[in-house]
Amino acid sequence: MEKVLNGKAYVLGNNIDTDQIIPAEHLVYSLTDEDESKKYGHFALSSVPIEKAGLPEGGVSFIEGDNWQSEFTIIIGGSNFGCGSSREHAPFALQKAGVKAIIAESYARIFYRNSVDGGFLIPYETVDKLIDKIKTGDQLELDLENNILKNLTKEEVHHLKPLGEVLPIVEAGGLFNYARKSAMIL
Amino acid sequence: MGMTITEKILAKAAGKRNVNPGENIWLNVDVLMTHDVCGPPTIGIWKREFGKSAKIWDKNKLVIFPDHYIFTADKYANRNVEILREFARDYEVENYYDVGTERYKGVCHLALAEEGYNIPGTVLFGTDSHTCTSGAFGMFATGVGNTDAAFILGTGKIWEKVPESIKFIFNGNLPKYLTAKDLILHILGDITTDGATYRAMEFDGEAVFSLSMDERMTLTNMAIEAGGMNGIIKADAITEAYVKERSDKSYEIFESDNYAEYFAVYDYDASKLEPTVAKPHSPDNRDLVRNVSGTELTKCYIGSCTGGKLPDFRFAAQILFGNTVKVPTFIVPASTKVARLLEVETYNGLTLKEIFDKAGCQIGQSSCAACLGGPDDTFGRAKDKDVVISTTNRNFPGRMGSKKSEVYLASPLTVAASAVTGVITDPRDFIND
Ligand code: SF4
Repeated sequence: MEKVLNGKAYVLGNNIDTDQIIPAEHLVYSLTDEDESKKYGHFALSSVPIEKAGLPEGGVSFIEGDNWQSEFTIIIGGSNFGCGSSREHAPFALQKAGVKAIIAESYARIFYRNSVDGGFLIPYETVDKLIDKIKTGDQLELDLENNILKNLTKEEVHHLKPLGEVLPIVEAGGLFNYARKSAMIL
Repeated sequence: MGMTITEKILAKAAGKRNVNPGENIWLNVDVLMTHDVCGPPTIGIWKREFGKSAKIWDKNKLVIFPDHYIFTADKYANRNVEILREFARDYEVENYYDVGTERYKGVCHLALAEEGYNIPGTVLFGTDSHTCTSGAFGMFATGVGNTDAAFILGTGKIWEKVPESIKFIFNGNLPKYLTAKDLILHILGDITTDGATYRAMEFDGEAVFSLSMDERMTLTNMAIEAGGMNGIIKADAITEAYVKERSDKSYEIFESDNYAEYFAVYDYDASKLEPTVAKPHSPDNRDLVRNVSGTELTKCYIGSCTGGKLPDFRFAAQILFGNTVKVPTFIVPASTKVARLLEVETYNGLTLKEIFDKAGCQIGQSSCAACLGGPDDTFGRAKDKDVVISTTNRNFPGRMGSKKSEVYLASPLTVAASAVTGVITDPRDFIND
């Protein structure tokens, strides 16, 4: 696991559900085919209503044109991030688009598990309400060892909740690696 | 200290005498269920991780229902079913219910019940968030993603955090103009879409135990809409009769101790509630039907694992009998069994199907259909700025197909009443208690 992540912030509101993260009609593509799976990156966050995409102003597309990767690699969310369906395509789509970490007030259970167990993203929980403090496009530095988020643009520092019990799974890079490391499976 | 029904079942599955909320435990899984959307990627991960020696931990405990994107020309969707078919053939999975055969069942959550996979006291995981539906049978059932499912597929085990429980008690009698859907929409308005995150939702009270298994499943189905890990109703005589008709497996009935601890307890008088809707764009955006009555509609939809079961169509038929619909109205029986029963069950001398045909409804084939939008050619899919009233469970932006559409969630009675008038209508205009 890297110790420090740098990236530009993309800020979203509360209750970002899995249909907004990856609309159901796109769930048909292969996740294993290198080329086809890029479609997940391309359609990531494509159902977020445009006025709520990239807060505080909104109207900021997560993916430009035909691209499948985003210039934004750290997502700042409100409460109940990832609610809705069990589709693991959701954290997969965000990872495919280049997202490394999500920092939200709270998560829906299945999305949280999928992010951790699939080794797709690091789901941090905030102590303060960050969606009012960070703007889309702010340059961020995430210190994973000390659970600190630095906003380089605004020169502000935010403390995050430690990952707790899931840390070993995150460090191992997912459930399977974790189970192998702890000799649960071969 | 006392234990809740959820804690007792999890303790048993973990091989422990007791468990405490917040504790992470490893569970032995009784049944793993998957479908055409999440099955193929689950199989992909399982093959990648276990390699050539990949083995299903217990073939009898794996159940696969293609149900989501079935009646479509979409080549990718059809490829997914082909992947399931090949997998079932290569690995000799008997509990595979293929499309285009007699065995095809329709929506997984209802099919699990109908085919006798829901057994009190057991633990079921599924690659679908509404797997919590099965909790209506006094069992622990919850949804997981593909990685977790692949892990279960190879090992029969998975970790879970023991949830705190919230109890919802409905006392009194349920009036004729209310259904289980009104009860759960009412709860959602109270606790919101994250009110039960990582928690168990336990349903209790005489109004709940007066319900049929189908109606109980409507309650537990929407536990996930509050973020719940599972919904659960202890098994009673109605449950036992349903299970015995469909399975000869032995089972164990658990119930919460009187002195068990709850995160919260909600008490309702069912007889005092009113027909309820969830307005766009969230299942917790609750209002009373009478407050939004008159809202112009362009579509009505009765279907899904929440609102496409036999009682849902009985409710709808009561109102549609002798009437014609004013807006396009789509009927999607959740399972092929329900579809067959529409031609058998009667109301006032007509079969339900005859009532719907006469009323001018369109009847689709059993599957998830437009509940989750699906490919462009999906039956009943919301288009453009459609305003839909639906018996389904989610109305997030774009859920039924169009980002610009607006979806109201309601009971089958409210949807049928609205179909007849073309505007949102209180079912009490048609039914008195
Ligand atoms: S009917 Fe709707 S909610 Fe039920 S399993 Fe299908 S898509 Fe999911």
